Amino acid sequence: MNVNFALLSPEYVLVGVAFVVLTVDFLLPREHRIHLSWLAAGGLLASAVVALVYRWDTFETLYDGLFIADDFGLFFFVFLTILTAVVVLISHDYVRQHVSQPGEFYALLVFAAVGMVGMAQAGELLTAYVSLELLSFSLYVLVAYRRDDALGNEAGVKYIILGAFSSAILLYGISMVWGATGTTYYGGIAEHLAANEGDLDPTLILGLALILAGLGFKVAAAPFHMWAPDAYQGAPTPVTAFLAVASKAAAFALILRLFTQGLMPALEEWQVLVAVLAAATMIIGNLVAIVQSNIKRLLAYSSVGQVGFLLVGIAALGEVDGGVVIPNGLASEAVILHLVGYAFANLAAFTTVIAVDNHIGTDELSGYRGLAQRSPFLALVMTVALFSLAGLPFFVGFLTKFYLFTAATEAGLLWLAGLAMAASVVSLYYYLMIIKRMFIDDVDESDLLPLRINVPGLSWVLLAALLIGTVGLGVYPQPLADAVGAASGAILPGA
Amino acid sequence: MDGFDGRVLSLLVVLPFAAAVALILWPGDEIRPMKWFAAGVALATTGLVVWVLLRFDYTDGAQYQFISETGWLDQLGIGYDLGVDGIAVAMLALTGIAFPAAILIGWNVDARSKDYLVLLNLLVGGVYGTFASLDLFFLFFFYEIAVLPMYLLIAYWGSSTSFRDFSRLKEYSAMKLVLFLVAGSVLIWIAIVAMFVESGLNTFSLIELQTVGFDESFQDWTFPLLMIGFGLLGGLWPLHTWSPDGHVSAPTSVSMLHAGVLMKLGAFGIIRVGIQTMPEGAEAWAPLLLGLGAVNVIYGSIAAMAQTDLKYVIGYSSVSHMGYVFLGLATLQTLGVTGAVLQMFSHGVMTALMFTLAGAIYQTSHTRDIGILSGLAKAMPVGAFFFAVAGFASLGLPGFSGFVAELLVFLGLFKTYPWIGALAVVGAGITAVYTLRLMAKVYFGETDPRWRGLPDLQLNEKLVAGTLALTLLVVGLAPFYLIDVIRDGVRHIPAVAG
Repeated sequence: MNVNFALLSPEYVLVGVAFVVLTVDFLLPREHRIHLSWLAAGGLLASAVVALVYRWDTFETLYDGLFIADDFGLFFFVFLTILTAVVVLISHDYVRQHVSQPGEFYALLVFAAVGMVGMAQAGELLTAYVSLELLSFSLYVLVAYRRDDALGNEAGVKYIILGAFSSAILLYGISMVWGATGTTYYGGIAEHLAANEGDLDPTLILGLALILAGLGFKVAAAPFHMWAPDAYQGAPTPVTAFLAVASKAAAFALILRLFTQGLMPALEEWQVLVAVLAAATMIIGNLVAIVQSNIKRLLAYSSVGQVGFLLVGIAALGEVDGGVVIPNGLASEAVILHLVGYAFANLAAFTTVIAVDNHIGTDELSGYRGLAQRSPFLALVMTVALFSLAGLPFFVGFLTKFYLFTAATEAGLLWLAGLAMAASVVSLYYYLMIIKRMFIDDVDESDLLPLRINVPGLSWVLLAALLIGTVGLGVYPQPLADAVGAASGAILPGA
Repeated sequence: MDGFDGRVLSLLVVLPFAAAVALILWPGDEIRPMKWFAAGVALATTGLVVWVLLRFDYTDGAQYQFISETGWLDQLGIGYDLGVDGIAVAMLALTGIAFPAAILIGWNVDARSKDYLVLLNLLVGGVYGTFASLDLFFLFFFYEIAVLPMYLLIAYWGSSTSFRDFSRLKEYSAMKLVLFLVAGSVLIWIAIVAMFVESGLNTFSLIELQTVGFDESFQDWTFPLLMIGFGLLGGLWPLHTWSPDGHVSAPTSVSMLHAGVLMKLGAFGIIRVGIQTMPEGAEAWAPLLLGLGAVNVIYGSIAAMAQTDLKYVIGYSSVSHMGYVFLGLATLQTLGVTGAVLQMFSHGVMTALMFTLAGAIYQTSHTRDIGILSGLAKAMPVGAFFFAVAGFASLGLPGFSGFVAELLVFLGLFKTYPWIGALAVVGAGITAVYTLRLMAKVYFGETDPRWRGLPDLQLNEKLVAGTLALTLLVVGLAPFYLIDVIRDGVRHIPAVAG
C-alpha cells in the first residue's frame, strides 16, 4: 500500500506547534511566558496557511478513506484553527492574571485543535472517536483549570464524568455498528445500509441510536445537556468560549460527515429522531435560558438552543420521496454557514464577557447594568452579538437562520422550521433583557467599581474584528457562501 | 434603468443606514451638529423621494419603476432588488414627510440624543427598504430592521403611564410591542420560505413569485399567515393590543413614526406579498379580513371614546382608522383598495399631527388626563387650530384627505358588501363623536386656571404641524394626483377587480 504521509503535513505542523509551545515554556523566564500566546496563535494560523497551500482543491485519502482530505476537511481545518487562535488571543488577559503555567494552557488548546481537525477529516468511526477523545482530554484539563474555586471543581468533575460516560456510550454504539456491518468506515456503513434497506438489523439501529446519544452529549443537545451550564459557568471564560464555539463546530463537522457519507441511506430511520431531538433542544435551551441570572449560564442555555437550530439542519439533510433518499445540499450548507455565523457572534459575546469580568469581576447579569455608560463599545459589541444570535437582520445570524429554515422547508420539515422560528422569538426575549440592562438600567448607586471600563488594546482589536465579521458577513455573504458551497459539495455530491 | 434613476432608490435606502453608522463613529460629544446632520439627512431623503415623485411615470403601464437589481446570494437566488409602483410611491411620500418631522420634533430630546438619532435613522432606513424592496428576503430583512429599534426607543426615551388605577411601564410596553411584532413576523417567515420551496424557482424575487400562480390549496393556507402576520403590525383586531400601549409609552417623535409610518408597513405587506402573490387566497380570506376590519373600526372607535388618557385616545383611533384600510383591501376592488392606500397615507399624516400636538401638551403640562386638561385654546391657540385640522381630517370632514380616502373605501364597500359599508359609516360617526368631544373638552372647555400660563407650540412644533396640516389640506382639496399614482399601482394587481 502506497501511503502519502506528506498529506498530513498541516497536522504535523499543528502537533509540532503544541510541542514547541510546551518546550519553550521551560526555556523562557517566567515573566515572558505570557507571550507564548503569540507563538501558539501564530503557529495555529501557520498550520492553516500550510493546509491551504497543500490541500487546495484536493481530494485524497489515507488508508482507503480512514482519513479524508477534501474541501470539507480543508474548510474546517482553516475554520477550526482560526477559532482556536482567536481563543488563544482572547485568553491573554485571563492567563496573565490567573494561570501560572501559560505554556501548558496554550499547548492544551493546540492539542485540542489537533483533535478537532481530526474529527472533521476522519472517514471512519474509530479515527473520529480517537480525535474526539484527544479534544475531550484536553478539555477535561482546561475546564478544571480553576482548581481553587468550588464552581471550577464542580465544573471539572461534572464534565469529566459525563464526558467519560458519553464516550463510553459512543464507543458502545460503534462496537454494535461494527458487529452488525463488519466495518467502521463511513463508506462501508453506507453500502451496508443501502444494501439492506428496509430490513436493518436491530443491533445496527441500536448502535446508531447510541452513537447519536453519545454525540448528543458532546454537543449538549437536550436531554443530554445537563452538564453544559455547570461546565460553562465553572470553566475559565476563554475555555467556555472554546467549548461553546470551537468544540461544537468540530462535533458538527464530525456529525455532518458521518450523516452524509455514512448514514444517508438510512435517512428514514433517523430523520424523525433527529428532528425530535432538535425540537426538544430548541425548546428546552431557549426556555430555560430565560430564568438565568449568570451570563455564562445564560449563554450556555442559549448555545443549547443554537445546537437545536443546527440539528434542524441535520434533520433536513435529505428527504425521502417514494422510497428514494434525495440529499438536500442546502441543509449541509446551512449548517456550516450557521456554525460560522454562530462562531463570530458567540466569540464576540464571550470576549465581551471576559472584558467585563476582568474589570468588574463578575459574571452575574446584574454586573451588566449600565454597561452602555461604562463602555459604549462593549455594549455595542454585545448588542450586535446578541442580535446576531437571535437572528436579526444586518447581522450574519439573520442570513444563516434564514438559510437554515429555508433548507428545512426544502426537506419537507416546515413544522420544524416554524417551531425553530418561534424558538427564535423566545430567544429574543432574554437577549433583549440583557440589552435592557446594558442600555436602560443605570449603574447601581452603591456600586463602587470604576465607572469607565477601558478595553485593553488586544481585546479591542479582536472585538472590532468580530464585530466587523458579524456585520460584514450579514451584509456581504457571497464569498463565504461560495466557500461553504465548495465544502458542502465535497460531502454531499449532486446537491 | 440607467443613470441616477437606477440608483435613486438604493441611495434612499442606504442613506439613513450610512447616517446611523456616521453618527456612531461621530467624533466629539457636541449634540447640536449631530442634530443638524440628522435633519440634513432626513431632508436629503425627502429630496430623493420628491425626485421619485416627479420622475414617476404614471401614464406608462410598467408596474414597477426605478428598478435596480443587484445579485446578493446566488445559492438562494436572493437579489438586492429595488423598485416601486404607485402604492409604494405613495408610501415613500408619506415617509418622506414623516421622517424630517420626527427628527424636528425629536429636537427636544436631550438625553443620549446621539443614540436616539442612530436608532431613528435605522428605523427609517428599514421603512424605506421595506417599501422599495422587490425581493422577498430583503423585504423581510428591512421589515425586521424597522421593528427592532422600537424596543430601545420606547424603553429608554418613552414614558410610563400611571394615573388613577391604571399603570403601564414603558419597558413592559416596549417588550410587548417587540414580541408581538416578531411573533407576527414568524408567520410571515413561514409563508416566505414556503413560497420559495413551493415555487421551485430558486428565487426570492417578488416579480417572479408574483407571476407563479401558486396552487389554490397552497394559497389557501399561506395567505392567512401573511394576512395575520402583516396585519399584526397594522393593528388588526384582536392582535392590536400592543399598539395603543406602544404608542402611548413612546416618545412623541417615535409615536409619530410608529403610528404614522410603521403600521403602514403591515398593510403594505398584505398588499405586496399577500394579495399580489396569492390572488385566490386573498379572495378566499377577504371575508375574514373584512369582518376583522369592521371590528377594528367599531371597536377602536368605541374604545377611543372610553379613554381618559389623551394619547390612548389617539392610539385607539389609530386602531379604528387602520380598520378602514383593512376594509378597503378586503373589497378587492380598484376603488376600495385605492381608498385603503390613500387612507394609509392620510392617516399617517393625520396621526403624526395628533401625536405632535399631544406631545406638546404633555411636555408643558406633564399630564395627559382628559379629565384635568380643559380649555387649553386660550393658552395654546395655535395648538388648538392644528388640533382642529387633525380632528376634522380624522372624522372625515370634506376638504381634508381623510374624507376622500374614507369615501373611496365606502364606495368600494357599497359595491361589494353594502352592510359592512353601512357599519363603517357608523364607525365614522362614532369617530366624530369622540373627536369633537375631545376637542370641546380639552381645548374649548372651561378654562382651568392651572393651564393659563401654558406656552403655545414651539417653533419646531409649529413648523411640523404646519407642514402636516398643509399636506392634509392639499391632498383633501386636490387628491387627483395621489389617487392617480395609487390607482396605477392598484390596477396592476391581478386579484383586484374593476
